[in-house]
Amino acid sequence: MRLSECRPGQGGKIARVEGDGLLGQRLMEMGLIEGAEVKVVRVAPLGDPLEIEVQNYQLSLRKAEAERVELEP
Amino acid sequence: MSTAEQATPSRESARSAQRVRRVAIIGNPNTGKSTLFNALTGLNARVGNYPGVTVEKKTGALAPGLELLDLPGTYSLAAHSPDEMVAVNVLLGGLDGEPRPDLVIVIADASNLQRNLFLATQVLETGLPVVLALNMVDAAKQAGITVDAEKLGAALGVPVIPTVASSGEGVQKLRDAIQVYLGTAPPQPKWTWPEPLAREIGALTQALSVDRFLAARALIDEGGAAEDVLCKKHDAARAALAQARARLKAAGQPPAKLEIQMRYAWIAQAIGPCMDRHPTGARLTDRLDHVLTHRLLGTLIFVALMTLVFVTIFVAAEPFMDQIEAGFTWLGKRAAAAFAGTSLEGGTLQSLVVKGVIAGVGGVLVFLPQIAFLFCFIALLEDCGYMARAAFLMDRVLRFCGLSGHSFIPMMSSFACAIPGIMATRTISNPRDRLTTMLIAPLMSCSARIPVYGILCDTFVPHEPLHGFLPALVFAAMYFVGILTAIPVALILKKTLLKGPTPPFVMELPPYRMPLLGSVWRRVWDASKAFTVRAGTVIFAITVVLWALLYFPHSKEIAVKYEDQRAFLRAEDLPEEETKARLAELDKQEAGAHLRNSVLGRAGHCIEPAVKPLGWDWRIGVAALASFPAREVVVSTLRIIYDLGPEEGGGAEEEGDGANEAAADGAAEAPPENADLAEKLQASTWPDGRKVYTLPVALGLMVFFALCAQCAATLVTIKKESGSWKWAVFTFVYMTALAYAGALLTYQVGTALLG
Repeated sequence: MRLSECRPGQGGKIARVEGDGLLGQRLMEMGLIEGAEVKVVRVAPLGDPLEIEVQNYQLSLRKAEAERVELEP
Repeated sequence: MSTAEQATPSRESARSAQRVRRVAIIGNPNTGKSTLFNALTGLNARVGNYPGVTVEKKTGALAPGLELLDLPGTYSLAAHSPDEMVAVNVLLGGLDGEPRPDLVIVIADASNLQRNLFLATQVLETGLPVVLALNMVDAAKQAGITVDAEKLGAALGVPVIPTVASSGEGVQKLRDAIQVYLGTAPPQPKWTWPEPLAREIGALTQALSVDRFLAARALIDEGGAAEDVLCKKHDAARAALAQARARLKAAGQPPAKLEIQMRYAWIAQAIGPCMDRHPTGARLTDRLDHVLTHRLLGTLIFVALMTLVFVTIFVAAEPFMDQIEAGFTWLGKRAAAAFAGTSLEGGTLQSLVVKGVIAGVGGVLVFLPQIAFLFCFIALLEDCGYMARAAFLMDRVLRFCGLSGHSFIPMMSSFACAIPGIMATRTISNPRDRLTTMLIAPLMSCSARIPVYGILCDTFVPHEPLHGFLPALVFAAMYFVGILTAIPVALILKKTLLKGPTPPFVMELPPYRMPLLGSVWRRVWDASKAFTVRAGTVIFAITVVLWALLYFPHSKEIAVKYEDQRAFLRAEDLPEEETKARLAELDKQEAGAHLRNSVLGRAGHCIEPAVKPLGWDWRIGVAALASFPAREVVVSTLRIIYDLGPEEGGGAEEEGDGANEAAADGAAEAPPENADLAEKLQASTWPDGRKVYTLPVALGLMVFFALCAQCAATLVTIKKESGSWKWAVFTFVYMTALAYAGALLTYQVGTALLG
């Protein structure tokens, strides 16, 4: 399952973050690394972006970016 | 204190022998870095620019001979935005004329330790002494998080000082620690780099004989600041870096991923024993966000809040503006009284002082209260954390024009002034997004439009329906004109000139916090000061030039002609009353003749055919021309035009010795600012007696000023930030074209509908 498919309250352990370019680096720097716990907190009123919780803080990212984050089954 | 005492015996020689030592402060955004900077330096910060780049450089005195340097907020030393590049460059000593700091303070938010320590571990590798300020320990405790500073310090190998920058707690201990650790050996990082990466970094360090930190950062951050520095030092660096990266990628070991995983893994095991975490129920931030980012409620609150901000600026600033207006009216009267009876009475100097300087500068400074209120709101919204939520709510909307929520804050700031807005685009790392935001930022109605909207709304929009709120609504509508125009402009730019993939939107949503009055006040003070200085210098100069363009050549021929007519009149044997009336009539005609003959008057007449389709007469044309340096100048131009110039044709009964009389009338009714000008505008007519300022003309004029690029300072800022005049010229051309089209459409459609 991918982070973008999670509903508010859902989440899990990160299995993989796709992309080795700048975006992948930025996501990982912000704490979205393999093995980290992550969950979707809420979705913005217009359906995008998402608010997620990772490393005990709140981060906002778009569904397109959350799609790169694969969760452990 | 201790340094001061040490320095006393031979202060002079110590000063000259020893250079000023420097401490840099670095940290994630939203950690209270500015507050700590203020707490450490007091109120003596100096703000400037780094050489060659436009990133703001803030320094202050920490102690005698010790300077504190505020680095831009960053999450990582893998720098990609201009702000982050500067932070890294300072730490590397890569900026010309910027020696490496002698010590680095890393500020970390105690309630968000993992991510904050990520940057801290990077800074620990710079080879500089480090002191960690563990900030906001009070907020962390409230959230159920306690950190053992001593254990953390032992784990990291650097002193850790718990602080609450907002209350000053721990600040003295931090000062002491800085003094103790200055000049000591740098910390030894306790983590081990993963094998393939460590090998490549080691090889680069040896081959290029450079610092290990520089080699590591250059290898990891492709296209970053460290790579630049390294490649400037060594011709061989580029090839060596490319080969090393290729080897790592071939082995399935991307360097950035290895580095980041190493750090987070080390942090997780290191802080375990130092941190106690018992989250206390649902956090306040979470409960607030539940409402403030709610699908329906959140959106309604957002719209209501933005409306409230602008209505408040319009209403709450008014009493203050009346005071300033009254002050300048009094000053004008005093000045005129001082000239009375002297040989200078009615001469060029009196005209310059009273009608040029006092009326001109006063007409601009009157908007100071509105600017102060707006900056107060922006500072409050930013400091309490709502700005990030606004970006969260608006991202989908901004994405519609190819931008991201990151552009929201520069755009929002542009409502105060496009200059700080354009400067705020530095936080947008994608260059195409940054440029697009910069080019549309001036379409947001800035505070300089407030005078134009204000006087036209008050004067020409009927107050009757809606209990007097109609002018305020039209005022608000002008903001939407700018916003609604910006969307297609951005969209077209992103589809044509600035084409490229949509950039990421990764943004922290910081916890809500009580804004600090001190820092809000500082923002308001800085903005007000900047505006006042601008009014006192640039706008003052422009006002004087404008007065001159309207006064000179002040032809002798005209003066002599009217003097002859006066003499002729006096020689006639008419009743005294009639002589007086006819003399007054001659004075008006003479003033009119001088104005029509003036440099600007002629220019205005020349462009009248071009602006007539907008419903403008030559005076509006002159005012629009004259407002090129800054929009707010249009008000002082109109003031000068109407103070000096009698009405042509029908409006003569409005004449009289102008400003003072009208202002005195105004004071009795207590109308808003520029009441005297408002009266003149209402009375202004075409030669055939039709009113110049009908509602469609006023609306068209507002649309023109909503969309035009009449602000030299903005254009200069765009040039500076984009690095090329090309974009400044582009902005001026496209905005002027839009402004003309918008005013034409408004006037023609408005006239057709309203008659």
